[in-house]
Amino acid sequence: MSRKISLTVNGAALEAVVEPRLTLVDFLRDQAGLTGTHVGCEHGVCGACSVLFDGAPIRSCLMFAVQADGHAMTTVEGLRDEDGSLGVLQDSFWETHALQCGYCTPGMLIAAEGLLSSNPDPTDAEIREAIAGNLCRCTGYVQIVEAIRLAAARRRQQPVTPMGDQG
Amino acid sequence: MTELSMTGPSNRRFVSVKRRPKEDGRFISGSGRFVGDIKRPGMLHIALVTSPYPAARILSIETGAALALPGVVAILDGAALAAVSNPLANAVHTPGVRCYSLANEVVRYVGEWVVAVVAETRTLAEDAAELIEIDYEALPFVVDAEEALDPTAPPVHAAHGSNVLYHRTFTWGPVAEDFASQPNQLSFDLRWGRSAPIPVETFGVVAEWDAGAEILEVWASIQMPSYGEQISGALGIPFNQVRAHYDVDVGGSYGVKRGIKHTVLAGFLARKLGRAVRLVEDRLENMVGGDMHGPDREFRVAVAFDDQGLVRSMKLRVREDVGGHTGRAPFQLGKPVSAIVGAYQINSVEYEAIAVSTNKTGQTAVRGFGMSPTNVAIETAIDKVARQLGLSRLVVRQRNFIRADQFPYLIPSGSEYDSGDYHTVLGKAWDLAQLDRLLERRDAARRVGKIAGIGFATCLEPGGGNSAFEPLLNPKNETTTWPESCVIKVDRTGGITAIIATSTSGQGHETLAATIIGEELGIDPNLIRVLHSDTLSGMPGNTPVASRMAIMLGGAATGAAGIIRNKAIRIGAHNLSCVPDQVAYRDGVVFRLDDPSQQLTLGRIALIAHREFHNMPPGMAEPGLQAVHVLQVPKGGSLPTADGRVQMYPCYSFSAHIVYAEIDRLTGKVTLPDYVIAHDCGTVINPDIVRGMVIGGAAHGIGAALYEEFTYDDTGQLLSGSFVDYVMPSALEVPNIKLAEHCTPSPLTSHGQKGVGEGGYLGAPAAVTSAINDALSPFNLECLTLPMRASLLSDLLVDTETLR
Repeated sequence: MSRKISLTVNGAALEAVVEPRLTLVDFLRDQAGLTGTHVGCEHGVCGACSVLFDGAPIRSCLMFAVQADGHAMTTVEGLRDEDGSLGVLQDSFWETHALQCGYCTPGMLIAAEGLLSSNPDPTDAEIREAIAGNLCRCTGYVQIVEAIRLAAARRRQQPVTPMGDQG
Repeated sequence: MTELSMTGPSNRRFVSVKRRPKEDGRFISGSGRFVGDIKRPGMLHIALVTSPYPAARILSIETGAALALPGVVAILDGAALAAVSNPLANAVHTPGVRCYSLANEVVRYVGEWVVAVVAETRTLAEDAAELIEIDYEALPFVVDAEEALDPTAPPVHAAHGSNVLYHRTFTWGPVAEDFASQPNQLSFDLRWGRSAPIPVETFGVVAEWDAGAEILEVWASIQMPSYGEQISGALGIPFNQVRAHYDVDVGGSYGVKRGIKHTVLAGFLARKLGRAVRLVEDRLENMVGGDMHGPDREFRVAVAFDDQGLVRSMKLRVREDVGGHTGRAPFQLGKPVSAIVGAYQINSVEYEAIAVSTNKTGQTAVRGFGMSPTNVAIETAIDKVARQLGLSRLVVRQRNFIRADQFPYLIPSGSEYDSGDYHTVLGKAWDLAQLDRLLERRDAARRVGKIAGIGFATCLEPGGGNSAFEPLLNPKNETTTWPESCVIKVDRTGGITAIIATSTSGQGHETLAATIIGEELGIDPNLIRVLHSDTLSGMPGNTPVASRMAIMLGGAATGAAGIIRNKAIRIGAHNLSCVPDQVAYRDGVVFRLDDPSQQLTLGRIALIAHREFHNMPPGMAEPGLQAVHVLQVPKGGSLPTADGRVQMYPCYSFSAHIVYAEIDRLTGKVTLPDYVIAHDCGTVINPDIVRGMVIGGAAHGIGAALYEEFTYDDTGQLLSGSFVDYVMPSALEVPNIKLAEHCTPSPLTSHGQKGVGEGGYLGAPAAVTSAINDALSPFNLECLTLPMRASLLSDLLVDTETLR
């Protein structure tokens, strides 16, 4: 039997009627129209479907949409700054070319956001640990680690100012 | 004819300069457009019923309950599909091998697709698939490739008569004489396990029949030359009725995103049902039934060499297990011929290549197209020569290297290497690795009881090929070109749009085309739009296989830009009241050489071309400002000789890997604390893209060397069909790989560029194998079975406990 849920996605309140067996990632992609979150393995290993769930990264393929009732999610579409410009983290991924095909990238950004929001000055080892649950088959991770390190430095320097405003 | 650049290394503004890749912006903002994001009105979804048997006859298929389920639209089996379609194309000439998208009469491996269910949603299709009952009669099967070679083994394709799909021994040069003349010989066997550079995105396709236009529209996650051709061939419809859209972002490929059987199935159903049909593999369908497994090889290697370690001759026997579906797989025995001696002056080679069918998942193309395993064999031979003679592995490499003054260098199998400086590149790796300190570190680790080793490997990376392995392995195939195209349109405001004829899966082709066109026309690449055509609207193209796009698309873009520049000069000169010799083109402006203040912008010239025919110079009968250039492969055009010699690729990149490894004595777990690569791919177009390609390729190679394997048990079941069982390296396994660069420009390309998409993957497995065996050498142990998983190494090391 379908069920009504209320949740917050990227700051906006959503209500929806969903089948109990609908996964959160399928809900986000097919019903909420947020296709930035990707489906990779559907068994919780690759991390492509990562979203922030009440601020912490989770696998949205391992959770049903009904379990998200009453909770707040952030997807890659929600990582932009309030003025719509790219967030520091996103911009840093571009600066170091921390991606190739771009398929794992939204999940990587979410994992990195989860790390930096709790640890603003991570070591490389901490960065690698934080993204170890996200598979990237293109880059070999080196430029991703560099991007996260760069984003952390930029954020510490200018904790609230959007990138575009930095001298 | 390769067009040459107007600029050189000293005055380049965009080529080789750090610039943000054009493509990245959409991916970091979540606005990429992958096949899973494509929705068509009324789109239906396919789920698959797959074989639980490695070999069985299909006796009956009961679909009544499934069809009765609300939302189920159609159910298709292999007999129905085979009755109205043609078999999928085979690479080598094997007319008795007839494969279809769905198994017809018999199944040939566990996971093979048997029935397709089409429903309003994927969930409903899966529900219905569970209600389908199939009766099978189990048949004898073979999963071991050596057993499959036995004439009495169960035939995977009965009509073919045996399991041998391809078998030929090539002899290039005086092998017997060279072996007889040398004081030393050695031989060994080596195994490369079945793995694949599995993309995070599975394969997917959306097909829709446009009855009004009579076109099959295809959106797919695709990297496949002759894609449209093969779909039209299997469906029996004209090539010009299949339009595959190349503007779909591909979520990783590394060679494997071929998807022919997927697209034939979805395309057939879309035409039959008159609705859009989507097939996106789930991970299990992808791993078990997606036909994307890579090479699965046994090597026997023998080399003859002198007391200085100079290798005179080599014999290589390769037995490739291509599984139950063949497709393009046997051709992967062909590409290694293009660099069969690696970086070395080996005088003669015997190469015995065997492709055999087994009751396992089908094989497809993987990064390097069969060269990475062969490079492990060659590099291991060099290590063993050094060990047998008590020489340094680096010194033996240096002695055998082709020297910089020997290029172009013709190898025994018929390819000529264009350029290189292997001694210098190896020296750069040596310096970056601080080899003396690394050796001290290894020896210090050994003194405290650690199992530590240093690995060395080099590799050639042939790029830009003309697919000459096709006629080499299949005489009925006369392919001698493999062109690539670029169209440039300058609109009447002077805006530049380029159209390229390929999909892209992370290689940055938009950046490549924009950078080169920007360089040639003196226009900021950020202002240049780059569009992907489709198979019908585009000019000839062969997709980014074989590290070819920097060479081929780069050359095509240079050629097209040159045509635009020449047209602008003619129009400009005429409107500046002079002749073309009296003007020059620079930075989007044509100006008089005698008075540079007299000038016309590209925008003004474009307006004349589009709108003011009265201002066009006499003889320029074509209005508008556009160009198309279709590039022939440099040095292509020849068929193989009778003894199998052919120029296969024009350009040869080179890299040298040095890696330090430690093996945990108890668990066998390997760590790679230090890893350096020095590489030479000629002129770099975009430094960050090149760096990512090299490091990412090496990460794939580390996976293939240490972790990844599709393992089958004796009953033909795949034991590693999930990401839990099939282990891929994470950020904790791939070290912080450091790079050094060298540039030996290719004399054959527009800017001196070569290919770079595969070298990391070609070198890393050999380097890691070298490091592991260096670590094992103090115990007189050896591991030549890849992947060298922790369990395997732990078993090997168990006796060393007593040796401590």
